[in-house]
Amino acid sequence: MRVSVLGTLACLVLTGAALADPGGPATGLHERTARFGIGRAATPEVLAAWDIDVRADGRGLPPGHGSVRDGAALFGARCAACHGAKGEGGSADALAGGQGTLATPKPVRTVGSYWPYATTLFDYIRRAMPFDAPQSLGADETYALSAYVLHLNGLLPEDAVLDAGTLPAVAMPNRNGFTGDARPDIPVPAR
Amino acid sequence: MPPDALRRLAHRRSFLRLAAGATGGVGLAATARAAGAVEPLEVPPWSRTPGAPVASPAYGQPSPFERLGRRPRTPPPFPGAASTGTPLQHLHGIITPNGLHFERHHAGVPAIDPDRHRVAIHGLVERPLVLTMDDLLRMPAVSRIHFLECSGNTPWLGAKPSWTLQESHGLLSCSEWTGVELATLLDEVGVRPGAAWILAEGADASGMSRSLPLDLARDGAILAYAQNGERLRPEQGYPLRLFVPGVEGNLSVKWLRRLKVGDRPFQTREETAKYTDLMPDGTARQFTFVMEAKSVITTPSGGERLGGPGFREIRGLAWTGRGRIARVEVSTDGGDRWQAATLEGPVLPRCLTRFRLPWRWEGGPAQLLSRATDETGYVQPDRAALVAVRGTQSFYHNNATFGWRVAADGGVSHAG
Repeated sequence: MRVSVLGTLACLVLTGAALADPGGPATGLHERTARFGIGRAATPEVLAAWDIDVRADGRGLPPGHGSVRDGAALFGARCAACHGAKGEGGSADALAGGQGTLATPKPVRTVGSYWPYATTLFDYIRRAMPFDAPQSLGADETYALSAYVLHLNGLLPEDAVLDAGTLPAVAMPNRNGFTGDARPDIPVPAR
Repeated sequence: MPPDALRRLAHRRSFLRLAAGATGGVGLAATARAAGAVEPLEVPPWSRTPGAPVASPAYGQPSPFERLGRRPRTPPPFPGAASTGTPLQHLHGIITPNGLHFERHHAGVPAIDPDRHRVAIHGLVERPLVLTMDDLLRMPAVSRIHFLECSGNTPWLGAKPSWTLQESHGLLSCSEWTGVELATLLDEVGVRPGAAWILAEGADASGMSRSLPLDLARDGAILAYAQNGERLRPEQGYPLRLFVPGVEGNLSVKWLRRLKVGDRPFQTREETAKYTDLMPDGTARQFTFVMEAKSVITTPSGGERLGGPGFREIRGLAWTGRGRIARVEVSTDGGDRWQAATLEGPVLPRCLTRFRLPWRWEGGPAQLLSRATDETGYVQPDRAALVAVRGTQSFYHNNATFGWRVAADGGVSHAG
């Protein structure tokens, strides 16, 4: 019994020393963080409903497919009231047009003229659209709407069908239009 | 007040007393009132009866005589996807009251039950976790005072002479943020080799999402649950937000529900279609995080009317995402001559810094400007210098100097 108590005390002392110097090189990452032991394991099953992001290379796209034609009907019912019948814009952003305007005094930034990745369209519709009922569309509907918006921009033919394989392959006109942060970009004035 | 000003005031008072004593009469009494003589003091009603009891109300509110509020610059088509500005011209010091912190929401303010809220951290980590608010409250807590500025603060186009400071610079606030350092949480889950970017995602109806580089995530970012000593306000992300100091506000994702560690940026809509800066050649800058040094005079400022010539202190705010403010200069003649302002401490990194300068308005036109320099030596540029490089379509990150014109009648409006 006495030995056990001493052992516990020694353990507490060591723990206190480690926490007093959390950045200390003597303490390994695993050893230190294991001491919090807070939270529950996030398994893929636990995360399934939340793990919805889609990357530019298509990772994260779900099974399913959708056609331009199906998308046209859905767009009329769920999107056109704000974005215009042909995505020309209304109370919400224009989704189509504007190609060739970015270097002009009146640039028009749309999916076709500005967005570098087609996958972003799927990601955004899935997480945030329609504005009045986000996360209400299924995977097939989201593919179909993505296909229709890309078609409105002349980037897909009328008979196209999109899925996890074909969406990341859609060639976006402004794919190479982005640069890094060039700031500070102003010379310091002489004094 | 400086000693010579006090002497002048005393001299003027004794002259008025002498004049009144010599001749008396209504005309001279009026002259004395106009010159600032005081009426005999009355005992007001609130001194003749006991006031309200304690805890009325239990959560204290501003005096009913104070009518400050946030408001949008223009009526928004979608009230849930809009912004309101902080009335900086009416605030003091550097801390923004919680009820006046600026707002920018992308799909309204969700009503989140903190007991049901969860934050997940997963991706390229050894031990993916789901955490409750109670879990986070058990972890080591830090408190830091930082500004938060929307990258769209101070529009490049459409400035009006009638703009108040709330309209020109109101997407800027400053608070003490308390929570768990993101670095602490990253160590808890164990970042795997190859990890370079983190997706931060909100639980609001927009699923607001931004990618931030791992080095930025470890540079003082906080999973914040408190603001100026109390739990976050709903419109600031209750019960949990990311707070990333010194960078554009939209990275500080509110209502934080998920952090996913990856090897590259996630290319969300917000960081491709939206928060990117279009240049005159048609290319756009992406991942323009830092908010560069900026300052503005908060008083006198637009919409104010100076009551008459005489002493008044020029006051303003300066801030930078790159460390501390080193110096602020003020000009009252449109930039021909500059004077060093006093920095009213504390001068904290990535925080609003209050500056002030004594001034005597002589009654003629004046053109007020301020210019900040940060500890890296970066000097706040004027608008022309920025436009020469970036044009006028870049939308975000306008940190140009900003002028207030004082007219001969005392009216203050934006110019230059």
